[in-house]
Amino acid sequence: MSALVDLMDYDDVLATYDPVLGLEVHVELSTNTKMFCGCPTDFGGEPNTQVCPTCLGLPGALPVVNGKAVESAIRIGLALNCQIAEWCRFARKNYFYPDQPKNFQTSQYDEPIAFDGYLDVVLEDGETFRVDIERAHMEEDTGKSLHVGGATGRIHGAAHSLLDYNRAGVPLIEIVTKPIVGAGERAPEVARAYVSALRDLLRALDVSDVRMDQGSLRCDANVSLMPKGGDTFGTRTETKNVNSLRSVERAVRFEMSRQGAVLSGGGSIVQETRHFDESSGSTSAGRRKETSEDYRYFPEPDLVPVAPSREWVEELRGTLPELPWERRRRIQQEWDLSDAEMRDLLNAGAVDLIAATVEAGASSAEARSWWVSYLLQQANLRGEELAALPITPVQVARVIELVTTGTLTNKLARQAVDGVLAGEGEPDEVVAARGLKVVSDESALRTAVEAALAANPDVAEKIRGGKVQAAGAIVGAVMKATKGQADAKRVRELVIEAVSA
Amino acid sequence: MPAISRDEVAHLARLARLAVTEEELDTFASQLGVILESVAKVGEVAAGDIPPTSHAVPLTNVFRADEVRPGLTQREALAAAPAVEENRFRVPRILGEEQ
Repeated sequence: MSALVDLMDYDDVLATYDPVLGLEVHVELSTNTKMFCGCPTDFGGEPNTQVCPTCLGLPGALPVVNGKAVESAIRIGLALNCQIAEWCRFARKNYFYPDQPKNFQTSQYDEPIAFDGYLDVVLEDGETFRVDIERAHMEEDTGKSLHVGGATGRIHGAAHSLLDYNRAGVPLIEIVTKPIVGAGERAPEVARAYVSALRDLLRALDVSDVRMDQGSLRCDANVSLMPKGGDTFGTRTETKNVNSLRSVERAVRFEMSRQGAVLSGGGSIVQETRHFDESSGSTSAGRRKETSEDYRYFPEPDLVPVAPSREWVEELRGTLPELPWERRRRIQQEWDLSDAEMRDLLNAGAVDLIAATVEAGASSAEARSWWVSYLLQQANLRGEELAALPITPVQVARVIELVTTGTLTNKLARQAVDGVLAGEGEPDEVVAARGLKVVSDESALRTAVEAALAANPDVAEKIRGGKVQAAGAIVGAVMKATKGQADAKRVRELVIEAVSA
Repeated sequence: MPAISRDEVAHLARLARLAVTEEELDTFASQLGVILESVAKVGEVAAGDIPPTSHAVPLTNVFRADEVRPGLTQREALAAAPAVEENRFRVPRILGEEQ
């Protein structure tokens, strides 16, 4: 499909046009219950098991607003430097599409709870780009559609669709930027950095899982081109549900090249929704965008207005966490890391894990070493993110403590970690169950050393003759005999002692 | 000059997925026109300092605690569905009429 699309060389696009971006990010809140009913919001449940008359839109059911979701919305707004509405309403967005069984989505229209903010985004080279925020409003998520009969599981060509409404009604915050102009060649990078910064911020606020792979953070990228130096925006397209940071960057770049080719060929851009294809990195046409008035928004009669008192807003402002990028700067100083070292930790997704491990009592050096070497290897082997490993920072801190106190050697500690990863329980349980304690019984070690020396008289002779490095073979034999449960350094000392005696 | 044109009625009918005949377009346009004119009379008595009213009760901030409440079982949820497949609501193809 993508082979048929004409693309313009990226540099040529930039020579002729200025890109304008608009990013809409949908965040699923991690509240226990849905926006307007008490159904649970857990991901991955059996289809249609987290539903009730309200979120199924059954006659007579009435919505009630989840107070925690409003609180999260206000905190998000404050963290994005927004004004918080003194009074706002919900509105019905009417459309025929089976992802909402009500035939409308309860959203906010011209009275968003938060508006006029900004997010300062730090780019790769350390430069800051300010992205202005138009609004953040409250709404509800839609159900999940499974399209049957189409070649690719997509809606096009599908014979029919199957709906699971577990997700319908999950609290959603839509965050909309003002048009992002002036990013030029860095537009794709700015788009990615914005979503990345937003994700970090939402995580720090602890309001959402922000899992792009599970859809709890989704980005729609609006892209248009205008003639270089112009001030009239071109027609935009909206690429939907771009579900990784890398895809955000690729989707923007692809649309710039595609639109550049269309425009320079004398064509015009159709305002439409486009679908991003992960595998090819291209976008393809979806449904034509319905214009705003086609949704026939009107104030939701079943919900009373939300009027957050200024006292409440200020109280929530007091709960805002340290900003992620400021925290990173502080941590880098405290752990005494170079920019490159810090970037490696960030790329590995290790900073929070290390910080939590340090908080649990470990030294930053030990914590760092565990997470970025052995644990990162294990994560890579499993093809998982570091954070997805089934071991907690507290457990890692305990393993480190066991090494520090001499209960475990590093080698045994790795086996203890393996046990935790394998679901065998807490580190202490694994140590007990696997019998991992260091053999600290000196007489047993001496016996093992003597036996090894007796079995290798030639090696013993070499050591006696001054070739101390030959001791390694004896140490190895002792470690083997003790199933690795001896402290190699101590064994070495004992070997030297034994031959010199 | 009617308050609502025939074309506007046709547009609304399409948005509401209602099949309306040519004759009905005229009928509804004039009927809806009467309704709109009647409602517009409210504007004559509402002074400029009265904001548009969407809610008759002076209530705000009615919130629910974020606590799970039992909902429907899967069987109950799907009981009234016209068609069910794989424990999901089966619906006719979604795209097609316009594209």
